[in-house]
Amino acid sequence: MLEIKNLHANVEGEEQEILKGVNLTIKPGEVHALMGPNGSGKSTLAKVIAGHHDYEITDGEILFEGEDLNELDPDERAHLGIFLAFQYPVEVPGVTNNTLLRESYNTIATSRGREELDPIEFDDYLTQKLELVDMKRDFLERSVNTGFSGGEKKRNEIFQMAVLEPRLALLDETDSGLDIDALQVVADGIKKMRNKENAFLLVTHYQRMLNYIVPDIVHVMIGGKIVKTGDKELAMQLEEKGYDWLESLATVNGEKDA
Amino acid sequence: MSETKTLEALIGEEYKYGFTTDVEYDDFPKGLNEDIIRQLSEKKGEPEWMLEFRLNAYRIWKEMEEPDWFNAEYQSPDFDNIQYYSSPKSKPKVDSLDEVDPKIRETYERLGIPLDEQKRLAGVAVDAVFDSVSIFTTFKEKLAEAGVIFCSISEAIQNHPELVKKYMGSVVPPGDNFYSALNSAVFSDGSFCYVPKDTICPMELSTYFRINNMESGQFERTLIIAEDNSHVSYLEGCTAPMYDSNQLHAAVVELVALEDAEIKYSTIQNWYSGDEEGKGGIFNFVTKRGICKGDNSKISWTQLETGSAVTLKYPSVILKGDNSVGEFYSVAITNKRQQADTGTKMIHLGKNTKSTIISKGISAGESDNSYRGLVKIGKRADNARNYSQCDSMLLGQTCGAHTFPYIESANGSGKVEHEATTSRVGEEQIFYMMQRGLSEDDAISMIVNGFCKEVLKELPLEFASEANALLSIKLEGSVG
Repeated sequence: MLEIKNLHANVEGEEQEILKGVNLTIKPGEVHALMGPNGSGKSTLAKVIAGHHDYEITDGEILFEGEDLNELDPDERAHLGIFLAFQYPVEVPGVTNNTLLRESYNTIATSRGREELDPIEFDDYLTQKLELVDMKRDFLERSVNTGFSGGEKKRNEIFQMAVLEPRLALLDETDSGLDIDALQVVADGIKKMRNKENAFLLVTHYQRMLNYIVPDIVHVMIGGKIVKTGDKELAMQLEEKGYDWLESLATVNGEKDA
Repeated sequence: MSETKTLEALIGEEYKYGFTTDVEYDDFPKGLNEDIIRQLSEKKGEPEWMLEFRLNAYRIWKEMEEPDWFNAEYQSPDFDNIQYYSSPKSKPKVDSLDEVDPKIRETYERLGIPLDEQKRLAGVAVDAVFDSVSIFTTFKEKLAEAGVIFCSISEAIQNHPELVKKYMGSVVPPGDNFYSALNSAVFSDGSFCYVPKDTICPMELSTYFRINNMESGQFERTLIIAEDNSHVSYLEGCTAPMYDSNQLHAAVVELVALEDAEIKYSTIQNWYSGDEEGKGGIFNFVTKRGICKGDNSKISWTQLETGSAVTLKYPSVILKGDNSVGEFYSVAITNKRQQADTGTKMIHLGKNTKSTIISKGISAGESDNSYRGLVKIGKRADNARNYSQCDSMLLGQTCGAHTFPYIESANGSGKVEHEATTSRVGEEQIFYMMQRGLSEDDAISMIVNGFCKEVLKELPLEFASEANALLSIKLEGSVG
């Protein structure tokens, strides 16, 4: 589904490389965890996949179902079924969740040649999805993320994901800033959404979330590269030993980065 | 990113109303002196008192200096080179639609303002002003049944002189400012509305102003009177062709609300705003003021200002009656090289008077957008209340937004609240919404609509969708 080959990227207009040759393959039905210390480039990878214009790809490629994403704008990638749950969800005053989601849903539906839902059908559809993340109806009429608590914002991301039903969901530190109850809700939501057709990439600093959602594959990113890949045991090891023991793997040509 | 492409695609169709209608004009010399005013007044067959009003205003104007205190820079109009009266040669005011010059009729069709009552939105009566002259007023008979007078100001001067005499200049005296003095001397036409006691006007009233002639100025005069316990909602729309030169539009609008009366006045201003280099466009220098004369009366201004090269405009309310209410809801959008200095004045004179100001300024391109507002509380205005909220939004890095609030209070029991914010439409906001599948233009349009929501909901329902469409067109491709 997703194939990343030797991906190099930096902040547009700056010399400093952030991604230094990332290789990653994700197949339908899989849940991947991408772990690593702060500043290792894991959030950058998620944003680059989604097409954030702050970053520039200098080498390598990202293929989504064989299509080169580098040529596509963020909205076109969203139409293909790529969803990014933001680490810091953005506030949009005066635009209700309901308005944004209906526009999003219908735009994506149209781009995939499906029928749009009229407001009444859409309302029924949203009602089912609200249950999935245990949220109240008044949530729909509030402005997108405006005045939301940190936990509400993260839950809203999961709710949007549930509504838009992406093929590939990138969750950027969705677990940070969540209390245990909220984490449980988020994890349950993801578990219910999981099926053979879609895939998840959980970007996280901590192993905590992985107690609730067991990943198929765990990657460790240090200094802009994936330095180790394993199964859930690897996450347990990181919990115990931290990242220090892997740092040497990030050394390139005798010069240490990050 | 695709913004360059979008921008280019849109420049051609951006201003849809820029066409010119080829009609023959009654020639009128350029420049201004007492003879010109006498000719103008004679041409319109005006009574002596009207001519006196004009001449008096002209004498005041001659002594006044052109103002320059606002936050805008432009080449000041050459007052000797303006044609102060411009009227299509065909019979100006007609009683039947069949007599309207087909070319002018077609102009309004193209503007989406058909004058044929069958084709109109059922609930809206229109007075169509073409250059200086009111061409046709729809639904006059239906309104007359309810006792409402809705006609051109020229007709009102002939048919209802007692009302015009009593109220014209009572809210905006000729000497109020440079442009009101000029308007009082040379106004050519405009709309007049009188709603009698205990009457709710049965439909929305609207005037559609069209400037066509390249060298004429447009000076209309609008007067609306709402008697005790009456209610009226009024909307004006404006467009003009695209010319390289600037045209002056200096209107005066006066509103009078008597006891328990309510006037709601809405404007969708979309004059031609000039090109990318700031060449051409309308100078929109208008004086709009209402007086809440009776107790418990209410005047509400709602404006959506999207056009003009330069806008200087401060629709105001004098809150004279006790418990009277003034409201000002404004969205001002500037793009390219446009300059807008706009806001309101709320003058509290009566007890327990209340005013609300909600202003949303959106600047894009290399434009400059200023809010300027005065809240004044007089000595006997016990318990006056004002709430002001002025929000500015910037799109891109090359535009400017400014807020100039003035507060003067002569009564200690008043309460004035002022809030102001400035935000930039963030790349992150746009990325967030694009990640949810929206195109860049749709994302910006949704963000801006959200920002203006409190004001847009004040517009009459019939015009809400027009307003939304206008906002989107205005800002498409404006973030680089």
